Amino acid sequence: MLQSKTILPLAAVASVALGSAVWAEPKVEVLHWWTSGGEAKAVGELKNSFEAAGGTWIDSPIAGGGGDAAMTALRARVVAGNPPTAVQLKGPGIQEWAELGALNNVDSVAADEHWDDVLPPVLAAIMKYDGDYVAAPVNIHRVDWMWANPEVLAKVGVTEMPTTWDDFNAVAEKLVAAGITPLAHGGQAWQDATIFENVVLGIGGADFFRASLVNLDDTALRSETMVASFDQLRKLRGYVDPNFPGRDWNLATSMVMNGEAAFQIMGDWAKGEFLAAGKVPGKDFVCAPTPGNGFVLNADSFTFFNVKGDDNIEGQNLLASLIMSPDFQKTFNLAKGSIPARTDVSLEEFDDCAKLSHADLLDAMASDALVPSMAHEMAIPRSIRGEFLDLVTEFFNSDMSSEEAANRLADAVKRAM
Amino acid sequence: MSRPARAVMAEGGVLTSFSRWFERKLPLLVVSPLFALSLFFVYGFIAWTAYISVTKSTMMPVYTFDGLDQYIRLWDTPRWYVALKNLFLFSGLFIGISMAIGVVLAILLDQRIRIEGVIRTIYLYPMALSFIVTGTVWKWILNPGLGLEKVMHEWGFEGFRFDWLVNADYAIYTVVIAAVWQSSGYAMALFLAGLRSVDDEVLKAAAIDGAGPWRTYTRIVLPSLRPVFLSVIIILAHLAIKSFDLVVALTGGGPGYATDMPATFMYAYAFQRSELGMAAASAVMMLATVCAIIVPYLYSELRGSRR
Repeated sequence: MLQSKTILPLAAVASVALGSAVWAEPKVEVLHWWTSGGEAKAVGELKNSFEAAGGTWIDSPIAGGGGDAAMTALRARVVAGNPPTAVQLKGPGIQEWAELGALNNVDSVAADEHWDDVLPPVLAAIMKYDGDYVAAPVNIHRVDWMWANPEVLAKVGVTEMPTTWDDFNAVAEKLVAAGITPLAHGGQAWQDATIFENVVLGIGGADFFRASLVNLDDTALRSETMVASFDQLRKLRGYVDPNFPGRDWNLATSMVMNGEAAFQIMGDWAKGEFLAAGKVPGKDFVCAPTPGNGFVLNADSFTFFNVKGDDNIEGQNLLASLIMSPDFQKTFNLAKGSIPARTDVSLEEFDDCAKLSHADLLDAMASDALVPSMAHEMAIPRSIRGEFLDLVTEFFNSDMSSEEAANRLADAVKRAM
Repeated sequence: MSRPARAVMAEGGVLTSFSRWFERKLPLLVVSPLFALSLFFVYGFIAWTAYISVTKSTMMPVYTFDGLDQYIRLWDTPRWYVALKNLFLFSGLFIGISMAIGVVLAILLDQRIRIEGVIRTIYLYPMALSFIVTGTVWKWILNPGLGLEKVMHEWGFEGFRFDWLVNADYAIYTVVIAAVWQSSGYAMALFLAGLRSVDDEVLKAAAIDGAGPWRTYTRIVLPSLRPVFLSVIIILAHLAIKSFDLVVALTGGGPGYATDMPATFMYAYAFQRSELGMAAASAVMMLATVCAIIVPYLYSELRGSRR
C-alpha cells in the first residue's frame, strides 16, 4: 500500500516530464506492408528524410497477404483505440475508414503546399473525404501496360507493338502458328481482373469504363460492349499457356524475359523485375500501353489516422509534407519503379517507360481518359471488387458464354451493393 | 490422508468442516478458471460470431441487429455453392479412400511381418508434415510443366497427360490425392491399434472352427472395430471441414475459385473483402455442419456408456 502511494505521484511527475520533453518532437508510427527489396528501400527513403527533419520514426511493417494481415492488425488497433499515425491504405478503403470517423485530415499542410494544383483531380478525389485531405499519395502506377520481348516478336516479323485488340489478336495468331506462347499470364483472380479491366478500357473507352467499373451502372454492365469485352477476354484466354493457374505475376514476367512468351499485360511493377534482371527498356524489353486510349490509375498512399497528442499530430503533418515533397516523390519512385503522384516533378532521371507513362498521364488528364483501377482497389469497395474478381476468374477458367458473364456480373454487383 | 484430518477434527470443529469442504471442492476450484476461460474463449466467441452474422457488419463489426440478410446473401452466392460442393466431394472421397487404404495397410501389417516397425514409420511419416508442406510438394509434383507430366514426357511418353491441377473440373481431386497421402497412414495406425486389441482367444476359436483369413477379418475382426471406425471418421471429418492450409498451399483456391472450401471462403470474405457479416454467416453454417456430424456421434457414445 505504502509503496504504491509513493510511486503514483512519482510516475505522474515522470510522465509529465517525459511528455513535455517529447512535445516538440514529431513522432509517427507507420504501418505498411512494403517489405520486399525495392519497396523496403523506398520506405527507408521516407524514414531517412523524416529523421533528418528531427522526428522519431516507429516502423510497423506487417508482411504478407497483399496487406490482408496488415488490415487485420489495423482493425484490432483501431478497435483498441490505439491507431498508428499513418497506414499504407488506398482507394475507396480510405473512404470506408473516414466514414467510421477514424481519420484525421491534413488540410493545413495540403492548403499550404497547394496539393490541389499538383495532383491529378481523379487521384485527389480519392485522397479526400468530404473535401478534406485524409491521405497523401506517394506514387502513380499505370495498370494498362503491355510488356513484350522484341526478339520473340521479331521471330514472327513483328516490329511494332499492336495498338488495337484486333492487331493484338493478329500478332498472337502468328505467334501461336510459330509455336510460341503469345501471352504470359498468372492465373490469380487479381491478374485475371487486371487483364479484364484493360480490355474493357480498350473495347469500350474511358466513358464506358467509368460507367461499368466505377459507377457500376446496370445497363452498362449488361451492354453489348461488355459482352464484346468478354469476347476479347475469351480470345486472350486462348493465348495463354495451359500451365497458368496459380502462377505469380513475376514468374509470368520472367517468361517474357526468357523468351518463353511474347507479351505480358501487367502494371508497371513488372518493370521492376526487368530492371532488377539488368534488362534495358527499348532493347531487351519494350513497353507500350494496352490497346485503347486511356490511363488506368493505381496509386499507393498513406492514410492518416485519428491520433492524439501534439507530438503525434506534429509528426503526422511533417509526414504529409514530406510525402508530397518533390524530392521524396522522385527518390521513392526511382526505387519503386512507378512515377511521382505529383505531375510537376521532373522525370529526367527516370527510364523511358516512366517518361511515356508520365506523358500519357498528362494526355489522359487533358482528354478526360484517366480512370481509377477496379482490379487494384482504386475504384470500388473491396466487397464489390471481390464479386468482379470472382466472376472474371470463373469466366476465365470455364467455358461460360460472354452474354451469361455480363448478366451474372450485373447480378453479382447488385447482390454486393 | 485420513489420519491428519482426524487429528484436526479433534482440535476444532470449524476448521475441520472447512478443510473437509475444501478437500471436496478442490477439484472444482482447480478446474473452474480453466472452465471459465474456455467458456469465454470458445463459446463466447462462437456466440459473438453468431451475433455478427445477423448484423450488417462489413469492414468493422457493427452491433445493430439486421435479421437474416447475410444468410440470404450467402445462399445467393454461386461461390458458396462451389465451396459446399467441394466440401462434400472432398470429405466423401478423402474419408472413404483414407479409411480404405488405412484398413488394408493395417491388415497387411498385422500379419506379423519382420520389419513392421520400419514400414509403419514410413507409412505414418506423412502425418509428421504439415498440410502446407504436403500442399507445396504436391503442387510441384502435379504441375504439368514441372512435375510428373514433364518427367513422363522426358522419358518418351509424349502422350501422357495429367493436368488435373490446372483443370477447373478436376483440381479438387488433386486436393483429395494430397490429403489422402497425408492422412491414410494415420488411419492405418489407428486401425492397427484396434486390430491388436482384438482378443486372441476369439481368433483362435475362429481358426479352430475352420474360418479362413478372409472370413475371420470380414465376419469377426472388422465388425469388432466399429468404435475405431467411428473415431477415424470423426477425426478425418473434422480435418476435412476445417481444411484450409492444404487448399491454400496446393491450389490457392484455383483455378478461378474451383477448389474453394467453406474455410477458404470464410477467410476470403472476412479478411480480403471486408464482408465480416457474410463471413460470420458462413462460419456459422460450418459450425452447423460440424454439429450435424458430432452431435449424433456424442449421443450414440453417451447412450452406449450408460448401457
